[in-house]
Amino acid sequence: MPDALASIARVTSTEPKLAAAAPADTTNREPEARVDRITLIRPAPRWPHLDVRELWHFRELAGALAWRDVAVRYKQTSIGVAWAILQPFLTMVVFTFVFGRFASLPSNNVPYPIFSYSALLPWTFFASAVALAAGSLVANRGLVTKVYFPRILLPLAGATVPIVDFLLALTVLFGMMVWFQVWPSLAVVLVPFFMLMAFVTALGVSLFLSALNARYRDVPYAIPFLLQIWLYLSGVVGAISAFPEKWQWVLAFNPMTTVIVGFQWGFLGTAAPDLAKSLIGVAATATFFVVGLWYFRRSEPKFADTI
Amino acid sequence: MAVAITAEELSKSYRIGQLHGAYGTLRDSLASAAHRIAHRDHRSHDEEIWALRDLSFDLDEGTVLGIIGRNGAGKSTLLKILTRITTPTSGRATIRGRVGSLLEVGTGFHPELTGRENVYLNGAVLGMKRREITMKFSEIVEFAGVEQFIDTPVKRYSSGMSVRLAFAVAAHLEPEVLLVDEVLAVGDAEFQRRCLGRMEDLSRSGRTVLFVSHQMQAVAQLCDDAIWLDKGEVVLEGPSSEVVARYLQAGLGGSGATREWPDLDDAPGDDIVRLRSVRVLQGSEVAPAVDVRLPVGIEVGFTVLRENEPIFPKIKLVDQRGDVIFNAMDTSPYWHDPPPPGDYVATAWIPGNLLNEGLVSVQAGVASFGPLKLHPNAGVNDAVSFHVQDPGEGDSARGLYQGQWRGVVRPLLEWTIEKR
Repeated sequence: MPDALASIARVTSTEPKLAAAAPADTTNREPEARVDRITLIRPAPRWPHLDVRELWHFRELAGALAWRDVAVRYKQTSIGVAWAILQPFLTMVVFTFVFGRFASLPSNNVPYPIFSYSALLPWTFFASAVALAAGSLVANRGLVTKVYFPRILLPLAGATVPIVDFLLALTVLFGMMVWFQVWPSLAVVLVPFFMLMAFVTALGVSLFLSALNARYRDVPYAIPFLLQIWLYLSGVVGAISAFPEKWQWVLAFNPMTTVIVGFQWGFLGTAAPDLAKSLIGVAATATFFVVGLWYFRRSEPKFADTI
Repeated sequence: MAVAITAEELSKSYRIGQLHGAYGTLRDSLASAAHRIAHRDHRSHDEEIWALRDLSFDLDEGTVLGIIGRNGAGKSTLLKILTRITTPTSGRATIRGRVGSLLEVGTGFHPELTGRENVYLNGAVLGMKRREITMKFSEIVEFAGVEQFIDTPVKRYSSGMSVRLAFAVAAHLEPEVLLVDEVLAVGDAEFQRRCLGRMEDLSRSGRTVLFVSHQMQAVAQLCDDAIWLDKGEVVLEGPSSEVVARYLQAGLGGSGATREWPDLDDAPGDDIVRLRSVRVLQGSEVAPAVDVRLPVGIEVGFTVLRENEPIFPKIKLVDQRGDVIFNAMDTSPYWHDPPPPGDYVATAWIPGNLLNEGLVSVQAGVASFGPLKLHPNAGVNDAVSFHVQDPGEGDSARGLYQGQWRGVVRPLLEWTIEKR
């Protein structure tokens, strides 16, 4: 081969393959990385379960996804932070006129505005968590069809995002408590527990809905409707305690009634939730979560094929 | 030598119903379920097809394996299983080492986030630890050449810039096992070229690569071994040049070199003219693979059924990218007067040293003037196809250069030389 062509021929395949035999850049690689990662590929298990060890392995990605959703949410909206506060606040104003003044719904002996705002906080968190998490698989179709990771990270990240909105809106509640001279009870230490309950319920519901959405594209139309009905059955517009006793037992199966009553118990010092009814609520939360998780894990192997 | 990938009887089946209209509506599903119950029809109408069936292989560390086959042969399914995007129906596989695939380049990039934020996010998506990304951050940014814009939202980047950044992240993943699906690789030619380049770099440094491609030239050149899949099963495996040669001899990688419609009533066309046969010839032989230096004949056979119809044969050649190489119609005086009814065979001769290497698909048909149009139904897209190959003896337009040769055509030109 003429000398002039030698440099061109560098592009050919035969030479590099010879070069590959030479000790390449193995030196600067961590030796343990080679042996550590063994990927085992098997058919989907018949009985799905939550692989906690795998979730732990992907914890950084979970954080990155949640962080991305939060960052994007506040970058995209022009009024950003204000939106998190305005949404429940304006709803509270409307509710106060419609349900407080006009319909005179009961408000547990606290001023209606603070009653409804304190109910709207956990409710808005719950509703946004369900809406965001339920759409998370389809919204991240690009990820789902191209990269492997436990898919549960997507609804998990989606349900985490409204926590920031919730914390921002909470500051307004403090302001209103000072304005209306309403003081928290000791039970305020239990508020994180009630919020966890709202989170787990939202996650359970949206695990089910997101898996359903990956298969059926008309699911998003049903979600606002579902949440609308749910709102009226959760004691947001009027106190649950004013319902007939019989119906209170039925409504106890909605974990959000326990969450809202508990939240108000802590912050407004209103009556404590009934223990038996709360236990029904906790059991319902657990059921939502287990059923949602089971359906999600069962559908997971088919997400990439159907989405 | 250690084994990097072991696949044991990997199989994947789909229901046909699942492939078509996979993303349906709940309403429709409920309605059809109700329909089945109402009509006491408990049989499922879904037929099962195997995208992959009992595929087993061992891939040694540092080997480059090519996977070839027609569309639907199971190539992409195999890659999706190995990247764990989808699960196999049965069988198992073990991969040793970190797995990367160029499928995921730019996956998870969000236009609202800055370059810096996207590097971390994308790195996490690809399976890199935060510490690892921080360590390589400046290298990544430098490689992409976007230092000045690293804190600008990616939506303000030019498409070239964001692709460069995405690629830089993927390139710093340093996987031990790289899975590349050239068929699925998105992006422009430049991007695909980068992917191939990256693949070459990695294979050169002793990484294991599994390469799915339609470009036989690339497979023969880049891969040590190859597996030829058809309908989810292995047809042949062995050294890549051998497998590619056999694949091409079989006239695959396209629609085949010959096509006939023996039954006049089934032949494409109308009551004026019907297409009867299309063949690719080199010399007088049907040739699925042709020598780039020799003329290629496209023979079109058709039957004229009606008198006084001004018609003439025409062909269109399309390359692997879908670009039209050229259109050609027979302008000879023979067709100036409407031909009498009967069988005709017309052959267009494409000169040697004109086409580029690769798969060429031929649309053949019969057209008429006024206005110029293909006779309804007497034209067939991808009627036949053939591979253009260069034996590499140095007397073609390629000379002694063996790398990739871009261009729709590759003519051997006359050069005039004067020394001044």
